[in-house]
Amino acid sequence: MQERHHLGEEAITRELFRPLVSTPAMMWVGFIGLGAVLAIFVFAVSWMIYWGLGVTGLQRPNMWGFMIVNFVFWIGISHAGVMISAILRLTQAEWRRPVTRAAEVMTIFSLMTAMLHPVIHTGRPWRTLYWVFPYDFWRNLWPDIRGPLVWDPSAILTYLTGSTLFLYTTLIPDMALARDRTTGWRHVLYTILALGWRGNERQWKMQTIAGFLLSGLILPVFVSVHSIVSWDFAVSLVPTWHATVFAPYFVIGAIHSGVSAVVTLMALMRWLFRFEHYIRLEHFDAIGRLLIAVGTGWLWFFLLDIFFAIYPQEARELEIMQFRLFEWPFNVLTALIFIFGYFIPVPIWVFQRFRRNVKIMFWTSIAVNVGMWAERYWLIKPGLMRKYEWTFDWNWYRPSIVEISIVMGSFALVGFLLLVFAKIFPPISVWEEKEGVHFAQQLQVGKRRVSAIVREF
Amino acid sequence: MPRWGMVIDLDRCIGCGACVVACQAENNVPINTEDVYHQRRAIEWIRLERYWEGEYPDIKARYIPVPCMHCQNAPCEPVCPVYATYHTSEGINMQVYNRCIGTRYCSINCQWHVRFFNFWEPKWPDSLKNQLNPNVTVRSRGVMEKCTFCIQRIVKAEHQAKLEGRQLRADEFTTACAQACPTDAIVFGDLDNPESRVARLVSTAVNERGYRLLEDLGTEPSVYYLKKVDLEAPVEEHSSH
Repeated sequence: MQERHHLGEEAITRELFRPLVSTPAMMWVGFIGLGAVLAIFVFAVSWMIYWGLGVTGLQRPNMWGFMIVNFVFWIGISHAGVMISAILRLTQAEWRRPVTRAAEVMTIFSLMTAMLHPVIHTGRPWRTLYWVFPYDFWRNLWPDIRGPLVWDPSAILTYLTGSTLFLYTTLIPDMALARDRTTGWRHVLYTILALGWRGNERQWKMQTIAGFLLSGLILPVFVSVHSIVSWDFAVSLVPTWHATVFAPYFVIGAIHSGVSAVVTLMALMRWLFRFEHYIRLEHFDAIGRLLIAVGTGWLWFFLLDIFFAIYPQEARELEIMQFRLFEWPFNVLTALIFIFGYFIPVPIWVFQRFRRNVKIMFWTSIAVNVGMWAERYWLIKPGLMRKYEWTFDWNWYRPSIVEISIVMGSFALVGFLLLVFAKIFPPISVWEEKEGVHFAQQLQVGKRRVSAIVREF
Repeated sequence: MPRWGMVIDLDRCIGCGACVVACQAENNVPINTEDVYHQRRAIEWIRLERYWEGEYPDIKARYIPVPCMHCQNAPCEPVCPVYATYHTSEGINMQVYNRCIGTRYCSINCQWHVRFFNFWEPKWPDSLKNQLNPNVTVRSRGVMEKCTFCIQRIVKAEHQAKLEGRQLRADEFTTACAQACPTDAIVFGDLDNPESRVARLVSTAVNERGYRLLEDLGTEPSVYYLKKVDLEAPVEEHSSH
């Protein structure tokens, strides 16, 4: 059952469009703070491209570092959008309504940020853009489609295209709403984006069908994207990377970190835009319950990965497993992953009292993502540091200040883009919210009359 | 069609490092300064691995020169998104510098660590600029490079043979590392030509004390090693593998 305050349609429109017309002080703080970090990011990237990868901490056995870890992390975050909006739309889960838009937007921005990483991480980024992404058809210089680095951009670009279309389809009715209430350049922008939406029956029907179709079509892509990202590692010969369990493991890890990031975003939106009537405690409750299942699934795969390394009794695999489980500093990292990724958040989410506490949900979701970032590092780096028997070439990896700035900057980039989006487009889907209100009924519960949705259909 | 290969006799190797220097000079490999070594970014197409065996005072230094293995089933090849690394018909694992975008995936998938990345723009002191080999490309920053089995010498010899209208003779030329080796530990040649020294070694000595590095990975390296003959070592049972 979903309880809700009774809100008129006009009130919903006015409140949800508020971030577009008024800017809370904290939003300015966000723009300036994130903008400053973003400036550092841009400087670091330009510095790295100008001087070459020598300015990073990468060296011979550690040819991939922080940037690839961060790439995998952001691809993971991007799985939230489809998980929340497509799957929950298809299963008609009522609690999805206030979070679909934010989750979809986060998908798109984190995908864009993630895609930036492998490009700037190559030795000659200008050639990468020239030779891998748009195929050089007319000179017959084909990319090598046997390699996962070609599967990668195709999977991610498909996902990006699909999610953008999906977001846009759900955005059209709101654009029409905004068009009718604005003047000046905004009016022109929304008029173009609304595509002549009049809200008649035929248009609604097409919009609904398109939404359902896209969510159905995007699901296989959603599973394939992180599987393919995992194959970047799994098809190689590096011990501990070469594992068949990687594909489902990466997908479940992605959902774990992505859905947690949605919780973070929900808490931030509720606080920043005062959307208490829309992002309600029951939403945190519902997403918390989902997270218990997802988190436990992730833990299962995490343990399976360790088990699969032990089971074949292969010496090299075992040595690296020993190294990353028991030797400093990876033993601490392992503990960190377990504690932050599972043993702090999940037992807390078990209690409804905590699930309905926004602050606790916010900090536990942050903990999950700290753990998940560490988990990606744990998965990728030890295998490279101790690659095979060449003990003379074994080496530690120390990220340079440039790489650290890029990692920090990527968070600022996503945050900044989200703020800009919230300034131009309503961060909560207005029409979906209104649809929810129409489905709600007045119910007598004991002595109280509440407006609620009992049956989800 | 020749199939190039190499035999390195560790019993003859004295660890002098002449192969490393010769390769550096022949193939325009940038000068590795102390800084570069400390950054672990030194480029050595053939490198000398030194291992200590035993405990002091019964300690022995063991040397293994490690060039690219030119695997017949090379793990570095299929992972390159732009075909910058590919296999020639003569069994050489080749790198196309102009095509390389520097993903470094080949280096990650190479278990012998013989693929090198140009982290910096390569520099030579002014006094050395005129000694660069005109037949070898100077690689720019951001691309991978590796041992080519001195492809420029191979091409030159093949060209010469073609001009003279004859087949390539066995051991007509050799690589820079093999040429510089004072003890003749490195032997390079055509594995398919039964008259070549390398083919003779593969059919004789390699059967007795030969092995290939990380052979169990199944990548079919073209470089064979001959184990050290240690007269003082206790006689060990030879197993079949």
